[in-house]
Amino acid sequence: MAVYFDHNATTPLHEKVLEAMLPYMGSVCGNPSSLHRFGRLQRQAVEQAREQVAVLMGARTSQVIFTSGGTEANNLILKGLSTDPDVQRIAVSVIEHMSLLEPAAATTCDVDYIAVNEQGLVTPELLKQAIQKDTALVSVMAANNETGAIQDIEKLAETARETGAWFHSDASQIAGKQAFSFEQTGMHAMTLSSHKLYGPMGAGALIIDQQLPMHSLLQGGSQEKSLRAGTENVPAIVGFGMAAELAAQELVERVDHVSVLRDVLEKELMKFDVVKVFSQQVKRLPNTLQFGVQGFDGETLLMELDRRGFAVSSGSACTSGKTEPSHVLKAMAVPNELAVSAIRISLGRANTMAEVERFIEAMQQILGIKSSVVMQAASL
Amino acid sequence: MNDKTDRPIYLDYSATTPIDKRVVAEMLKYMGPESTFGNPASRSHSYGWTAEAATEQARQHIADLVGADTREIIFTSGATESDNLAIKGVAHFNKKRGQHIITCKTEHKAVLDSCRQLEREGYEVTYLDPETNGLVDLDKLKAAMRDDTTLVSIMHVNNEIGVIQDIEAIGNACRERKIIFHVDAAQSAGKVPIDLSVLPVDLMSFSAHKIYGPKGMGALYVQRKPRVRLEAQMHGGGHERGMRSGTLATHQIVGMGEAFRIAKEEMATENERLITLRNQLWDGLKDMEEVYINGDFEQRVAGNLNISFNFVEGESLLMALKDLAISSGSACTSASLEPSYVLRALGRNDELAHSSIRFSMGRYTTSKDIEITIKHVRSAVEKLRDLSPLWDMFKDGIDLESIEWAAH
Repeated sequence: MAVYFDHNATTPLHEKVLEAMLPYMGSVCGNPSSLHRFGRLQRQAVEQAREQVAVLMGARTSQVIFTSGGTEANNLILKGLSTDPDVQRIAVSVIEHMSLLEPAAATTCDVDYIAVNEQGLVTPELLKQAIQKDTALVSVMAANNETGAIQDIEKLAETARETGAWFHSDASQIAGKQAFSFEQTGMHAMTLSSHKLYGPMGAGALIIDQQLPMHSLLQGGSQEKSLRAGTENVPAIVGFGMAAELAAQELVERVDHVSVLRDVLEKELMKFDVVKVFSQQVKRLPNTLQFGVQGFDGETLLMELDRRGFAVSSGSACTSGKTEPSHVLKAMAVPNELAVSAIRISLGRANTMAEVERFIEAMQQILGIKSSVVMQAASL
Repeated sequence: MNDKTDRPIYLDYSATTPIDKRVVAEMLKYMGPESTFGNPASRSHSYGWTAEAATEQARQHIADLVGADTREIIFTSGATESDNLAIKGVAHFNKKRGQHIITCKTEHKAVLDSCRQLEREGYEVTYLDPETNGLVDLDKLKAAMRDDTTLVSIMHVNNEIGVIQDIEAIGNACRERKIIFHVDAAQSAGKVPIDLSVLPVDLMSFSAHKIYGPKGMGALYVQRKPRVRLEAQMHGGGHERGMRSGTLATHQIVGMGEAFRIAKEEMATENERLITLRNQLWDGLKDMEEVYINGDFEQRVAGNLNISFNFVEGESLLMALKDLAISSGSACTSASLEPSYVLRALGRNDELAHSSIRFSMGRYTTSKDIEITIKHVRSAVEKLRDLSPLWDMFKDGIDLESIEWAAH
């Protein structure tokens, strides 16, 4: 198999997560809503996972609402809050994931878009410019999935609070990659995704301050404090819980591991004149490196890298397949011709220095070939 | 799953089923660091392509079981989401055409609560009363249809009483009036033959964990010809033809596919076995006094038997039957002590509705399990009735209906 450098799209299950899930896929069966012993054991497992997720994110267990994933959590906060008559206007950053931008547009609210600077940051000033008198909800992601740029959420939440707006942050990418606390940042709601932190696909959570006037999107059962109907996906929730616990345990180790690799990668790639790293001046996720290659086409680069055994992407998996430049890079005023050449590398706990070295060699080959062709053409 | 003797006998297959070992084996190929992992939406590498191929293979298995085209299968997080998407999605899309919906009082909460939500939004909903056997009367349904009716939602197999509705006849009636027909098939897929290539059904909800697949996984069939249109309820990324966004949980989809594949292969023989078990259970209980089957006995899914034990309080009976994992009705409403709304809708009085037990059998239920169950149930019912003054009065020939109870 190819070397996997696409951990922001999805991560492999942690071996201990799989181990924790297996009993719930085997002999331990039952519906958590059932009153008999089988049901009660399932219920206990769900509650334990809730505790594990709460601990990782510095929240209370009562604040954790499990969903089918990050997309549903984003849909839930936006649509579930916008049914409140007092919520008529929301502000979201332009660099949000599609799972936030699209449901925002689908609400009946007026939506204002918060701009970012050239490094991809929402500054308090930019946020203030976007907030209107009646803005009821502000949503800014904690770390961007493409560039890895980390926002000053504490400051932004404070700014939103001062204007009387609720503050939500999609923390899908930052959770497990960087210490991050619900309570400490002072936000009202936070989105999490299990499969971005070595947990299984099919689970996520919305952490919420209970004073939010929320309504459920799914009807048909009183699960999750009546905010999310449907039989709980117990094995996935158990896996998510274990993934959260492991993330808390291994955080320092993981951060150290990927930042060393990322820094080498960045240093070596910067030696190519044509490479331009995005959001380079700001704090980024330690595993993420997105760059453009002047004069190259992203699709070609991806193909060349795939041919040489590297699985990377240009940006979000959810918008891959589109050839347009990423909306994130556009918002950062990256010129189109550079934006279409974007490559995102997102490292994980199993990646090695040897893989990084091989990647650099591969890039040398790819860029070298092209450069020599260009030079030959120029000399003709 | 009843391999250990200290564990209760599981007779709650309508609430959820254990995952079949063969299903787990398929799922494991897509779980763990050594497995094939990847986001099916990743377009730039083989991890993504492999994951996508696996989800498409699963889609094929699901389509095959129900006679659908793969392009008609939309993955969701479960039947609850499928029901929500079908009902609210169709109602919202057709809002200008009409705002009237017809359903039945015995539907699952996912359907009923979606309808209630629409009522809050200004829609009008007719909740049909079923006949005493639990089946919907076609003439009553037709009489409820109006020019502004856009959707009829009737479940295939009821989760509590197991009765099978005649969805072909209902569907034909809907076609005549150009009304969209949704069927919640969470309890029927893999248990009752379904051929959507001929059935007049526009939308159908499926669940994986009711037929030995994983929890957190479902699908909605959305007919292509003629095309049924609905408004997405989950936005962000445009997965599943824009009808349902969100990363596809590869291993869960694979699990659902394998569960549906196995169901197609084994349904016929499995049903025969389950009917034998059901008959064994009923034969072992039917000579008791004052026991009643709830729901039509013939038009009934193989693994279900719902019985009321008159003069016995259902909750006490459940407590007395600790060695059996059974329920008094739907798991989704089991935390409430209200009598089953399904049995109430059948016209059962509160006492009978309160004294009901749902036995739902499945792939791992054995004849021995049923034998033990009969023994336990008989002895528990007898014991509870011995303690019951009402039972004494009944035995003395007093007509309980005629007594005027003094208020305290």
